[in-house]
Amino acid sequence: MTTRSEVMTLKTEPFAVNFGPVHPSTHGVFRMRAVLDGEVVLDIEPVFGYLHRGVEKLAEERTFTGFIPLTDRLDYISSMSNGLAYVLAAEKLAGIKVPERAEYIRVIMAELQRIANHCIAVGAFLNDCGAFFTPFLYLFREREKIIDLFEMVSGQRLTYNYMRIGGVSQDLPEEFLPALRKFVDQMARFIEEYDFFLKQNEVLLARARGVGILSQETAINCGISGPVLRASGAAWDLRKADPYSIYNRFDFDIPVGATGDSYDRYRVRVEEIRQSLRIIRQAMEQIPGGPVMADVPRPLHPPTGEAYAHIESPKGELGFYLVSDGSIAPYRCHVRPTSLINLTALREMVRGWKVADMIIIFGSIDITMGEVDR
Amino acid sequence: MTIALSGKDVAGRIEKSLPGAVVESGTGYIIVKGDSLPAVARLLKETPELDFDYLNYITAVDYFDFFEVIYQLTSLAHNHSLVVKARCPDRRSPSLPSVVSIWQGADFQERELYDLMGISFEGHPNMKRIFLWEGFDGHPLRKDYLK
Amino acid sequence: MDRLTSSIPALSLPADWPGGFWWHWVVFTTIIFTFVVVMAMAAIYIERRALGRMQSRLGPNRTGPFGVLQPVADAIKVLLKEDIIPTGADKAVHWLAPLVAFIPVLLIFAVVPFGDGAVLADLNIGILYVVAVSAVSTVGIFMAGWSSGNKYSLLGAMRNIAAVVSYEMPLVLAVASVVIVAGSLSLHRIVLAQDFPFILVQPLGFLVFFIAACAEINRSPFDLFEADSELVAGFHTEYSGMKFAMFYLVEYTEAVAVSAIITTIFLGGWRGPFLPGWLWFLAKVVAVFFAMVWVRTTLPRVRIDQLMALAWKFLLPLAVINLLVTAIQVLAWPEALPGIVIIINIAIAAALVPLWSKLFFKPGRGRIEV
Repeated sequence: MTTRSEVMTLKTEPFAVNFGPVHPSTHGVFRMRAVLDGEVVLDIEPVFGYLHRGVEKLAEERTFTGFIPLTDRLDYISSMSNGLAYVLAAEKLAGIKVPERAEYIRVIMAELQRIANHCIAVGAFLNDCGAFFTPFLYLFREREKIIDLFEMVSGQRLTYNYMRIGGVSQDLPEEFLPALRKFVDQMARFIEEYDFFLKQNEVLLARARGVGILSQETAINCGISGPVLRASGAAWDLRKADPYSIYNRFDFDIPVGATGDSYDRYRVRVEEIRQSLRIIRQAMEQIPGGPVMADVPRPLHPPTGEAYAHIESPKGELGFYLVSDGSIAPYRCHVRPTSLINLTALREMVRGWKVADMIIIFGSIDITMGEVDR
Repeated sequence: MTIALSGKDVAGRIEKSLPGAVVESGTGYIIVKGDSLPAVARLLKETPELDFDYLNYITAVDYFDFFEVIYQLTSLAHNHSLVVKARCPDRRSPSLPSVVSIWQGADFQERELYDLMGISFEGHPNMKRIFLWEGFDGHPLRKDYLK
Repeated sequence: MDRLTSSIPALSLPADWPGGFWWHWVVFTTIIFTFVVVMAMAAIYIERRALGRMQSRLGPNRTGPFGVLQPVADAIKVLLKEDIIPTGADKAVHWLAPLVAFIPVLLIFAVVPFGDGAVLADLNIGILYVVAVSAVSTVGIFMAGWSSGNKYSLLGAMRNIAAVVSYEMPLVLAVASVVIVAGSLSLHRIVLAQDFPFILVQPLGFLVFFIAACAEINRSPFDLFEADSELVAGFHTEYSGMKFAMFYLVEYTEAVAVSAIITTIFLGGWRGPFLPGWLWFLAKVVAVFFAMVWVRTTLPRVRIDQLMALAWKFLLPLAVINLLVTAIQVLAWPEALPGIVIIINIAIAAALVPLWSKLFFKPGRGRIEV
């Protein structure tokens, strides 16, 4: 690494520049106040709150079931996962058991959502690298197929409102499983082709290899989760460490990176797409018949108490902490904000790099402002 | 499977080095005194058998008599977890010591609690509002906000 | 090597041009203006359509049959926009900058041969004139950045100039190798010297020239000066309306000009069997431009320090080695068969490029201790 005294022979003054909130990259309303010395980033201060809607306060005025549409809008890129985390917490609180078929459907939806989310994450990352939308649009083509599948089950393309406390809202239509089988085969072929083109691309390697390294100790200390933590070397995936729903019945691997640079974060996500396809194939084989919704009283009055349930959402550990006082509305609902906590290490990752790298590092963390600001 | 440690066992351990820190303990959680929070946290992190190096989240609940701040800790190596709670009886200006120096992940979450609940954390390097703008009046997540 | 250049006739401008000098000038000026305007529009259309098709979407297909009138629609839209000049701007320089950027690009076409003898001015310093004139366009860019009164525009313009100046070196050295083989600076003679297109005889030179030319005209993968992730839109932030259209046109006209130069000095210009010369010329220009669009769609962008490193550490040594090898071949082995020379040069290029890129490419550098 070159030190500043070797590089800077002119006396220059640092100046503060504002990036955002209307961001040139596709990550939402996020503002960074950066102190730059020429091209080099000396310090950044992230400013949040542009998308703060007070979701946690709104939860106290809705019924437990009535809050589910609001959960879709937290991490709007992967709505199914938000719903899953919330209903798991509510079911833990109320002691409700979910029928088998509903569990399998939930797993299929969660894994499809993981693939869809990583399509955007990887595409947007490459877009930030400058590949001018080509990989982004190719991945969107695949994401469209997933969204068509979701539209078949829930009627919606982005905010699905599909999970319910005690199961899912509707059963799968007949055309769903054949379409899913076709999609899984196509996606498996496509991800090989995609990976082949990009894995050894020199420009991508030059831009992302070694850039924005996050060490394992810092990652664990900051509470970072998801692909960012795994890329830094810690093999911690809630689906294996603390299995929820029926994940302990499936056979899959967890991709772990070696160095924690942006390239590793990108590779971990591509590998996760492959593993998700594996899980979906197994779930499709094993799915039984039966009801998709347990017998849940309406309105739901959970007993007084508290519960926390977390899932491995595509971005990391997403959890809901619910406190009930026996009434039909939660007394307190707290969302563990994956993206906000993942941003804790942004300052350290970015210092010393150039402006163009800052954008790439920020893109490789993959955040959604809906989850940060709630 | 992440095992939730028995609150009584952990309370017993803590009592040996920091007597009087733990107020109450139950299955999977302990309640500590606000002032002894950093010492307990350091003990939990640095004891090799406990090794709580990962802070899952910090949140707070407004029970009308007191604020209860909840920390969930996990050990990645041992795969066990614990919930630590601390109570603030003061309603006008509740405050707790910050754990940012122990787990850096507490940074934004403590600011969020200050912003929305009004609980300030002493020792935090940047105790400012995070979501709402400077000069906003009140703390929205409190039960008596705008009632 | 002499066999390559054995078929050059004695004199360049055909003596039987009817009407004399001024008539020749009027006809060719009209042809060049028409060509530039039409080709710039065609370039915009080709780019948007090809970009769309390669990204598995359609691209413009509504305005006119297959969307061919899209650039016309863009031109009309941009002409009708309000012309905003910032109050802190230097008015005269602000007004002049687009002109100073655009006119030299037009001037390049004066020496490009469209057909056998069909050239506006067959200067015997042809390619040197091209290189000199294209550098004036950079002054226009700097004037744009300076006169906007905006420090980010100035920064963007200065980085642009640094890049352009860096890439001039390998560009000129690649051209020098071609000149050595052809034996003349005049573009007409260079075309006539290409019994075998120089892309085969000078593969390394072609590669260096193509990359350096893409960097000079700010095309992807070197388009970081107009990239979204840069601070603002670079030197043309404060421009709107017709002046912005001029800068936009400059970018595409430069692309067409560079394609024309590459066609002339590497692909054999208007030479080819069966079809008339100008049709071959047009086809080759479109093919080279399409290659540029292809590269843009495929590759991500490089960072500013990687851009400079590419010029100084990768292209410049390769261009120097190419020049050395060519000079040795011309001087020491003038009687060689063209085929042998081609095979040797292609082998050298194929060996050198991977070797050099392995030596040059070291990931992960670039972090400065703060």
